[in-house]
Amino acid sequence: MPNAPDTPAILIEGLRKSFGANEVLKGIDLRVKAGEVIAIIGKSGSGKSTLLRCINGLEMFQQGTLEVQGQRLSYSDPRAMRALRQQVGMIFQSFNLFPHLSVGRNIKLAPGLVKQLPDGQIDATARRLLERVGLAEKFDAYPDQLSGGQQQRVAIARALAMSPGILLCDEITSALDPELVGEVLAVVESLAREGMTLLMVTHEMNFARKVSDRVIFMHQGLVHEQGTPEELFARPQTPELKQFLSSLT
Amino acid sequence: MVEFSLWDIVRNLLLAARWTVVLSLIAFVGGGLVALALLVARSTPSTGLRRSVAAYVQLFQGTPLLMQLFLAYFGMALLGVETSAWTAAAVALTLYSSAFLTEIWHGCVRSIPRGQWEAAQSLALSFTEQLRHVVFPQAARIAVAPTVGFLVQVVKGTALASVIGFVELTKAGTMITNATFKPFVVYSCVAILYFLMCYPISLYARFLEGRLHAKRT
Amino acid sequence: MSIELDFASVLTQWPLLLKGVGWTLGLTAVSAVLGVLLGVACAWLRTQGPPWSRAAVGAYVELIRNTPFIVQLFFIFFGLPAVGLRLGPEWSSVIAMVINLGAYSAEIVRAGIQATPVGQVEAALSLALTRMQTFIWVVLPPALQRVWPALVSQIIIVMLGSAVCGQISTQELSFAANLIQSRNFRAFEAFIVATIIYLMLSIATRSALNWFGQRFLFGGRRG
Repeated sequence: MPNAPDTPAILIEGLRKSFGANEVLKGIDLRVKAGEVIAIIGKSGSGKSTLLRCINGLEMFQQGTLEVQGQRLSYSDPRAMRALRQQVGMIFQSFNLFPHLSVGRNIKLAPGLVKQLPDGQIDATARRLLERVGLAEKFDAYPDQLSGGQQQRVAIARALAMSPGILLCDEITSALDPELVGEVLAVVESLAREGMTLLMVTHEMNFARKVSDRVIFMHQGLVHEQGTPEELFARPQTPELKQFLSSLT
Repeated sequence: MVEFSLWDIVRNLLLAARWTVVLSLIAFVGGGLVALALLVARSTPSTGLRRSVAAYVQLFQGTPLLMQLFLAYFGMALLGVETSAWTAAAVALTLYSSAFLTEIWHGCVRSIPRGQWEAAQSLALSFTEQLRHVVFPQAARIAVAPTVGFLVQVVKGTALASVIGFVELTKAGTMITNATFKPFVVYSCVAILYFLMCYPISLYARFLEGRLHAKRT
Repeated sequence: MSIELDFASVLTQWPLLLKGVGWTLGLTAVSAVLGVLLGVACAWLRTQGPPWSRAAVGAYVELIRNTPFIVQLFFIFFGLPAVGLRLGPEWSSVIAMVINLGAYSAEIVRAGIQATPVGQVEAALSLALTRMQTFIWVVLPPALQRVWPALVSQIIIVMLGSAVCGQISTQELSFAANLIQSRNFRAFEAFIVATIIYLMLSIATRSALNWFGQRFLFGGRRG
């Protein structure tokens, strides 16, 4: 069902989330346009990953509203949650490939079970996506035979197989050896160029500068500063952001 | 027809349950002593001894306890030994327990890092001293929980002695059923009595297991 | 005193023994499949089900694990008819074995499930799989692989325990041995032969089940 052209891909208002007595998100307001690429940066503990995990329902928030493609999030409705997760894909820091399935079957599993398309179609899509991330020859390999960078690229193909409109990337290169980071970022960059809506929690500042439309700096559970990469990196306004940027060099 | 009250049934079962307890303790303690000897044998450098004990364990773990009981009963008779169901059951269950206990304990000894042995050797301790002062004390601490847990298996194993005629709880259940024609009530009581004996032991074993893990972490 | 052992008179009865082996294996095969399925269902209830089902499964598991198999068998075969449910020896044996294996499997499989890395479930949910789909396709295969040796051991234990089913006239191996010795009075030899056969069965079954797990259950691959 096509949305009105100015329906935001993601609309967050007043989001609050606590883990027990510890309030991690203290009132987040965020509006993401379709096709926008957003990098979320900040110190560990600032709530970046938690925010991402709220968007696809892996974490439940206590207050505020969250709308994805015009649909409000409702935890009590499992069917709505599944529909949400077909819209929003996630890539994890620790890849989370299914070790007992081959690469091809990893990618084909969800479309087969959720969308119930014929196997021939799913198979062709899976091979195409694997080719797209540069791993066509690994279709029958198993995750433990791949390097970290290759596993993460398979994870991206697996998420793409569900044709999501939005992709959440939770520190997807943090667990990789430095020489493997580039191959993964290359794939993400190509997704951005094709118009995928991306939210990335990342420490790769150069990548963020290059690829994102907007950078959000989170601090102590709030959006502390945001702007274009040029604005944020070259002309940080708040002392916290200045301190954070200088701590990276 | 004589009417039997529930209390009549339970009272007779309780009397027979005494023998379940006695047989269990004899098998457990006796089996433990044999298991200890086997454990020492298995811990020596001698390959022959180690293989023999492993075969012994494989024999008892790979065959039905019922067969072991029958073989004890008929085998001892064959040897001309004065056999009652009682002695046959005691011998069979003792050997059965010894095999399982020695396997459990062997696992605990194996889990002691090689470095402990080497440290003890480097301090010029003899083999017996290494076992007694360094390895066994540590292995024993790990072994308490599964050993207590095995006691439950022994108690359940005594039920099979009924088949060779030993009058313990299960055999009493059969006899009382034949007298009262109330199999549902009788076997329910039998099950409940076994449960009352075994469940506290199981809980205790689980408690010991939890305490061990808490200590180690 | 000389002991004369006469194995020949036992071994000539090999058709009876073979029939007994067939019954033992048959009982074990059916019980293994149904028992493990029951165990998986119970493990699922224990981890994902509503609170009342968790308590019910817990009670079932504790009851079975703390009472002897022979008592469970006698209860089903002798006890249930008194309240209207009359089951033949073979049905009683299978049901007793399934209920017994189910309880032990429930615990074993539960341990395997609880060792699932949390990221696996998150990834599956993020791909819009339902809880049930996640359980069957993502959680269960690696869990079974983790606990397969323990599960195989438990199946062997149930197979060896099936020897008591001969007491209610199920025509498995121990019944065959008993029948033979009642005819030729060679009790010791008959039971030695049966015991050796049981030993071979337990070794063979363990190998077969290990091979089966490798081949069919783990996505064709040992991780």
